[in-house]
Amino acid sequence: MTLKLDKKDLKAFLETLMEEYDLFAPVKLAEGVSIYKKIDSPDEVDLSTENPQKPAKEVFFPQSETMFRYEKAGKRYQMTSTEGVERERVILGARPCDIQAFSLMDDVFLGKEYKDVYYGNKRKATTIIGLACPHPLSTCFCSSAGGGPFLRKGSDLFLIDLGEMFIVELLTEKGMAFQKNKFFREANTKEISLAKGIEEKASTKADASVPIGGIDRRSDLMMENPFWDRMHEKCIGCGVCTFLCPTCHCFDIVDEAITDKGQRVRNWDSCLFPLYSQETSGHNPRPTGRERTRQRLMHKFNYFPKNFGRVACVGCGRCILYCPVNFDIRQAIKLTSPKEIKKVKDEVDLTRQ
Amino acid sequence: MKNPYFPIPMRVKRTSVETTDQMLRTIELSFLNEEDKRAFHFIPGQFCELSVLGKGEAPFGIASSPTENGSLKFTINKAGVVTTALHHIEEGAEVGLRGPLGNGYPITLFEGKNILVIGGGFAFTTLRSLIAFFLQPQNRNKVKDITVIYGARMPGLLLYKEELKEWEKRDDIKLVVTVDWGDKDWNGKVGLVPNVLEEVAPSSENTYAVICGPPIMIKFTFPKLMALQFPNERIYTSLEKRMKCGIGKCGRCNIGHLYVCKDGPVFSYDQLEKLPKDY
Ligand SMILES: Cc1cc2nc3c(=O)[nH]c(=O)nc-3n(C[C@H](O)[C@H](O)[C@H](O)COP(=O)(O)OP(=O)(O)OC[C@H]3O[C@@H](n4cnc5c(N)ncnc54)[C@H](O)[C@@H]3O)c2cc1C
Ligand code: SF4
Ligand code: SF4
Ligand code: FES
Repeated sequence: MTLKLDKKDLKAFLETLMEEYDLFAPVKLAEGVSIYKKIDSPDEVDLSTENPQKPAKEVFFPQSETMFRYEKAGKRYQMTSTEGVERERVILGARPCDIQAFSLMDDVFLGKEYKDVYYGNKRKATTIIGLACPHPLSTCFCSSAGGGPFLRKGSDLFLIDLGEMFIVELLTEKGMAFQKNKFFREANTKEISLAKGIEEKASTKADASVPIGGIDRRSDLMMENPFWDRMHEKCIGCGVCTFLCPTCHCFDIVDEAITDKGQRVRNWDSCLFPLYSQETSGHNPRPTGRERTRQRLMHKFNYFPKNFGRVACVGCGRCILYCPVNFDIRQAIKLTSPKEIKKVKDEVDLTRQ
Repeated sequence: MKNPYFPIPMRVKRTSVETTDQMLRTIELSFLNEEDKRAFHFIPGQFCELSVLGKGEAPFGIASSPTENGSLKFTINKAGVVTTALHHIEEGAEVGLRGPLGNGYPITLFEGKNILVIGGGFAFTTLRSLIAFFLQPQNRNKVKDITVIYGARMPGLLLYKEELKEWEKRDDIKLVVTVDWGDKDWNGKVGLVPNVLEEVAPSSENTYAVICGPPIMIKFTFPKLMALQFPNERIYTSLEKRMKCGIGKCGRCNIGHLYVCKDGPVFSYDQLEKLPKDY
């Protein structure tokens, strides 16, 4: 069902939304720093900038999250879980790549053996209003990663920016609940065809030529390849690419305590940090950048596909945009072609002679 | 949805020092809630996450057997924050527990076969669970011969000394205890585990081997098992990796596409051979 929302009604629409839901949307904190956060006033919402720096995964999987609180009472502990979600939620303005990444997170957190209640409760309580990307950046390669700038899958409602208004598509049952919303009106054929035009133009812009297809099988043979000696060389291990990646989901669990009270907290972690896999004995199975870079890329393009049947990269390009030393994951993917691998091997063999 | 991160409360029933260097302590935990006790079913080789609230959580193999009803035992090497806190914990105190986690030993595969158990140092904990399980009268018929080779650096570092003495008296288990260096009171075997294995030379026919110990012991024992013609798919081991969640979410314990916490910690050498050497 195709409707429209006049931009002059946006504020009022958000106000009514916030009466019923906790609203999460992009907020510009400073030039070049946008994040998804809980909205206190509709004025904060900024749908005009490009894809926010921090991915929307934060809404379901916060950078730091309390798991339970405890307090000591005599010899016993009183423990209270913080897994509950008080109100229904709406994410507004998430881009198709971040929304595709939710489905990858679902595979991990809502897998068949164990369910992660902290993620699951938030996920279940959330309605997703996606926002189309009319102007993919030069670093975007969603179209190579099974997505696209207008991918609707995963959205309950989908917005397309026409300048004065948004086209509003209601896609799921959760979305249809908005059918009678007083700010939504029927879109006319002219507006609908305008949106189509924007979609067609955008879809040619996101790079569809990164050779992701078949990478899981190609990389099978790569574990001990000199490829990794080269690949990790310039990485300084800052971890930015993993924190800003919408599909990265590693975390650490720590206790924070003051005398008899405290809480257990989980925090984002990164496989690129040396301490991540270091054992108490001092032994580290991934002692250098070589093994850690290999872990990051192999997890995305080999291990994840083995477990869940698709790669753990949605082509959002954040890891390319924000890497301080210009590590380009597209380049790494291209270099996994048999021809390129042989070239690297020959080069390394030469320098070793 | 059940919260897999939320520990159940346990009471420290007993603690005892195992070794003369004071570095290993066994703690016995009993369930504080009857329903938790009823819901807890495990097999040897599985592990739990133990919490000392305020200090954190760490994974430990279950050292008791499922046949020892009502309580769980863990033997803890003092290594860092949580393990030190568990060494200082008093009887009657409360600790948190999550589990059982991991796959455990392939008990049903072992049925009708001989088992050869090789242990070194304090990695003997879950092996003890396995042996005690099969020595239980109602389980003893499930496997044929049980051969155990257990080594420690010195007599004082052997775990479960009283129980070893009991096992030595039985004729339905062949137990060989060895130390690297004896002392004046030691009249048992002196020698490294790989050499003792060569000497004992158990037949590999119809036999599964389970081996746990320090990497150096495994490195030198493995070729001896090969020489005895144990095929990779009949040699099992239990791995350790840094862990947090214990349920395949936090990401850190993987070897290739498998997670040691949820797909392991028990693997056959046949499985390990196909995985990257990332451990
Ligand atoms: C399946 C399995 C079974 C095991 N069974 C046993 C057993 O039966 N007996 C036994 O003694 N041991 C066992 N271990 C090993 C045991 O889990 C470790 O010795 C234990 O985790 C050490 O915890 P700790 O808190 O004492 O060490 P610490 O190194 O002090 O770690 C404490 C915590 O502090 C944090 N921390 C510490 N150092 C760092 C750092 N450098 N960077 C970031 N965070 C840090 C981490 O959150 C860590 O969990 C087993 C391990 C596994 C995986
Ligand atoms: S952002 Fe760049 S430098 Fe930082 S860890 Fe990732 S690849 Fe390495
Ligand atoms: S790996 Fe890079 S391009 Fe792929 S989803 Fe993560 S941040 Fe985006
Ligand atoms: S311990 Fe978290 S994935 Fe294994």
